[in-house]
Amino acid sequence: MSANLKTKPALPSADKRWKIVDATMRRHGYRSDSLIEVLHTVQEAFGYLDEVAMKFVAGSLRIPPSKVYGVASFYQFFTLRPPGRRTCVVCMGTACYIKGAANLLAAVAEHYNVKPGETTADGELSLITARCFGSCGLAPAAVIDGNVAGKLNVADMLERIKEGAQNDAA
Amino acid sequence: MSVKTLVIDGKDVSGNDNQTVMEVARENGIRIPALCHLDGLTPVGACRMCVIEVKGLNKLLPACVTRIEEGMEVSTNSDRLQRYRRTILELLFSERNHICSVCVSNGHCDLQGLAARHGVTHVSVPYRYPSCPVDATHSRFILDHNRCILCTRCVRVCDEVEGAHTWDVMGRGIEARVITDLNQQWGTSGSCTSCSKCVHVCPTGALSEKGKSVAEMAKHREFLPYLKQMREDHR
Repeated sequence: MSANLKTKPALPSADKRWKIVDATMRRHGYRSDSLIEVLHTVQEAFGYLDEVAMKFVAGSLRIPPSKVYGVASFYQFFTLRPPGRRTCVVCMGTACYIKGAANLLAAVAEHYNVKPGETTADGELSLITARCFGSCGLAPAAVIDGNVAGKLNVADMLERIKEGAQNDAA
Repeated sequence: MSVKTLVIDGKDVSGNDNQTVMEVARENGIRIPALCHLDGLTPVGACRMCVIEVKGLNKLLPACVTRIEEGMEVSTNSDRLQRYRRTILELLFSERNHICSVCVSNGHCDLQGLAARHGVTHVSVPYRYPSCPVDATHSRFILDHNRCILCTRCVRVCDEVEGAHTWDVMGRGIEARVITDLNQQWGTSGSCTSCSKCVHVCPTGALSEKGKSVAEMAKHREFLPYLKQMREDHR
């Protein structure tokens, strides 16, 4: 193996968040099986995983880039595009689904003209679906800007998203 | 290592205890259909075409990843298995846009061959008609997602034999796709060595050589057992 393969790639920029990412990798001894933990750190630090980050992680842990992308795109938790200023996560678990989560999702999607899994064109709202929050007693449930809201109907849901926007503005 | 004896389709056979039902069956001239399995690559048991019935077990087992057991009684070709295999093939055809008449691999395709052998005359589930792109950015090869069945032969040959691991699978479920590097155009991949192994192990027309027209893309897989043998000899 050439010496070149053993050297770790330099941090992509002077951004201090890369040091946080590098610290996580160091803590795991740059082991290739720490990929998911490292991607968690990147997601927490930057809010999403971009090409630069995935290349840096792939190079540092010596994992093929395609594998990093495969893992990043497999798990719902990871996002590959910057999230909107505000997020609305609709639970699509069985209990929520039976209680009409699909209607909630469709209503938000129509009202804000955004597809599930995407962000509005103005970068305001990300509409995300989740498999199950484990809060089935609250069905249908959603997490709006980090706050759990349960037993929702369409009107409640749109009202809460609007409230959040007003609070932001205030 | 010890020898185990078993019965496959009424025939008494034997094999080493680290062998799979698929290997022992093939050694004895019993053909078990498979799409994701290829001699020389690690079996993954993904396509389920090789499912077999084992006496005393209710569930079906994939022959490519099931090790032989002493006294096993295996059936590889019952009516139930035939029915299941036809369904699997129909589901594969309905999932993407497999149009044999205009495919580069027409007549050389594992999927088409199995469908013909299993008497799949029509597809009884609705077609999904997904919108799939074609990547012709590589100087010598073409990737057509419309024909891909996600067998991951390309992923495994690139990782295990070539050692480049250019290919992998992204997404999940119906949105899963094979990708090169960071889901970028194949032509811009930094890790691809243009060795063409993926193209030749691909069971369908999803990976093909440029310049091949309809029905001209015959695949050559002789290299794989040969390479594997050479490596074992040198170890």
